[in-house]
Amino acid sequence: MTHLLSNCRLWLMVAGALLTVLFGCGGNPSGGPDESVGISAKVMADALHAVMESDRTVYATRVVHRLQDQEKVIRASEHWRDDKALPLPAQMFRMGAEEASNKTDTFSYSLLSKWPINKKNAPRTEMEIAGLDRVAKDPSKPFYGRESLGGVEYFMAVYADQAVSPACVTCHNAHQDSPRNDFELGDTMGGIVIRIRLR
Amino acid sequence: MHPRFLTFVWIMTTVGLAAYLAIQISGGNRSLFLPGRTSDGHHQIELACDACHTPFGGVRQEACLECHQAELAAAEDSHAGSKFADPRNAGDLARLDVRQCITCHIEHRPEITEAMGLTLPVDFCHHCHANVVVERPTHRDMSFDTCASAGCHNYHDNRSLYEDFLVRHGNGLPATIPAALPERKAWILREGVDRLPLTAGDADRTTSATPELIDAWAGSAHASAAVACSDCHRSQGSLWADHPSDRVCGSCHELEPQGFVAGKHGMRRSADFNPMTPSQARLPMQPDSMSRTLNCGACHDVHAVNVRHAAVDACLSCHADEHSLAYSGSPHFRLWQAVLSSEGEPGSGVSCASCHLPRERRRVAGEDRIVVQHNQNANLRPNEKMIRDVCLTCHSLTLAIDALADPDLVRRNFVGLPSRHVRSIDMALSRKN
Repeated sequence: MTHLLSNCRLWLMVAGALLTVLFGCGGNPSGGPDESVGISAKVMADALHAVMESDRTVYATRVVHRLQDQEKVIRASEHWRDDKALPLPAQMFRMGAEEASNKTDTFSYSLLSKWPINKKNAPRTEMEIAGLDRVAKDPSKPFYGRESLGGVEYFMAVYADQAVSPACVTCHNAHQDSPRNDFELGDTMGGIVIRIRLR
Repeated sequence: MHPRFLTFVWIMTTVGLAAYLAIQISGGNRSLFLPGRTSDGHHQIELACDACHTPFGGVRQEACLECHQAELAAAEDSHAGSKFADPRNAGDLARLDVRQCITCHIEHRPEITEAMGLTLPVDFCHHCHANVVVERPTHRDMSFDTCASAGCHNYHDNRSLYEDFLVRHGNGLPATIPAALPERKAWILREGVDRLPLTAGDADRTTSATPELIDAWAGSAHASAAVACSDCHRSQGSLWADHPSDRVCGSCHELEPQGFVAGKHGMRRSADFNPMTPSQARLPMQPDSMSRTLNCGACHDVHAVNVRHAAVDACLSCHADEHSLAYSGSPHFRLWQAVLSSEGEPGSGVSCASCHLPRERRRVAGEDRIVVQHNQNANLRPNEKMIRDVCLTCHSLTLAIDALADPDLVRRNFVGLPSRHVRSIDMALSRKN
């Protein structure tokens, strides 16, 4: 019996040593963050959104609004190729989403609205409807959830998309196909939807 | 008969048949394996099985894109696969996976193949656009089998059919206006073009060259650009070649061959087959042209380099369909004749090439060029693609859409006026007013 206990102790010590080697000493020897440690889908979505929102704001204000409305150098147009003009901010955003989709299917993003000019950009899934409703009521709080599409499970997040430049408001209020024409600067016009594939 | 003998006969027959088929598929008569007639677009390369098929892997999407991607990108494909990559489209894709070319274009199925190689029922738009009347009440009385056939929409290329384009170009313009095509910008990449023009006395020829050939060359653009006999006939080494290959042409004319091998005239070359002959065409051809080899020289007289010959006479020396035969009675031909007799303004004639090998403005190496598109099929798939770069040069959008949507008028080579009116411009204008 004593021999048996002694053997068990020995095995426990070996196992403990192995675990120490695997998890205690297996990190980055420089002492920095461990690249093998994953981040949560929520953190990833928030980080992606921070980049998207920043780029979108910069393009809408410092490129389109400045060149079109302030310095009157070049205008932005839905038919930017034919008109030799700048792409609209929403087009710029969607072109980026298409480019990204050609590189990876680990995540996707889209720009949707309850008042879309192109009806294909209206919410379609239950989560999109719920998310856009939520951020319209409280733009400060993103909406998070999970949904299954085409047999694949996704983490999804919806962030408010607000009118950051007079160009956004002017264009949407004047467009023939816009279902709403009373937007004001700072209003929530829609939402950025980010999906991260879980498995 | 003895069972052993029968078994022997069966084994030998099977082995023999397998060996025969193996020989055929590895370079013999591959047509034995064709499961059905291929579409008009692919029949010339139908024996290049591996151009589309991957052994045990079916037809890869990449195989389609290798040939068609550049064209789709140039057309700003309104249904590009990347537009459907977002998972929110999963429901639509479950009904119709439009990311894959073979969803709509299946080969070897002649019984269900429509124009443009479409193998879906022509009302396929309803899968995703069933609620179109909510957005466009003007579409209420229309059926989904007329979306594309009525000259209104094109699945891939809507550059001359989108609503604002219709409004911009469809408002009160005269049906026809006098105009001229842009002048071609000589497309010469080779060094030494700053040499002085050559004359007949400069011909560094062999004794086999006849005086007629020398005279033709001396009056050509090649002689003007100081391109000597040896520049073509000795370009591939020190040996003189009486019949230089198309590669020699391509050494100076870099862009033209790219278009040529993408169209029906040259697509066999892109599959490493022998050049096409008119006998392989599905359109009616002139009987005496059947064995002609379609290389650069087939259309371009290689010594005179007469582009006017290439623009009409070369086409009609092979093509014998109704549209081609009616050309000589058309108003377009009268304009062409006026230019030939120096009565018309340069560029105002309308030749076969004016429409089918259009002059395109391209930015190359930081410079604007006017280049002839040598893929004569590029603006025929479908023919609305011709509107932007060809028809609108001289005609209103209304006339162009109506004319191209009238098959009888196309057959008559536009002798007369369209028999029907496409309402797309009226509908677009009514929404704007």
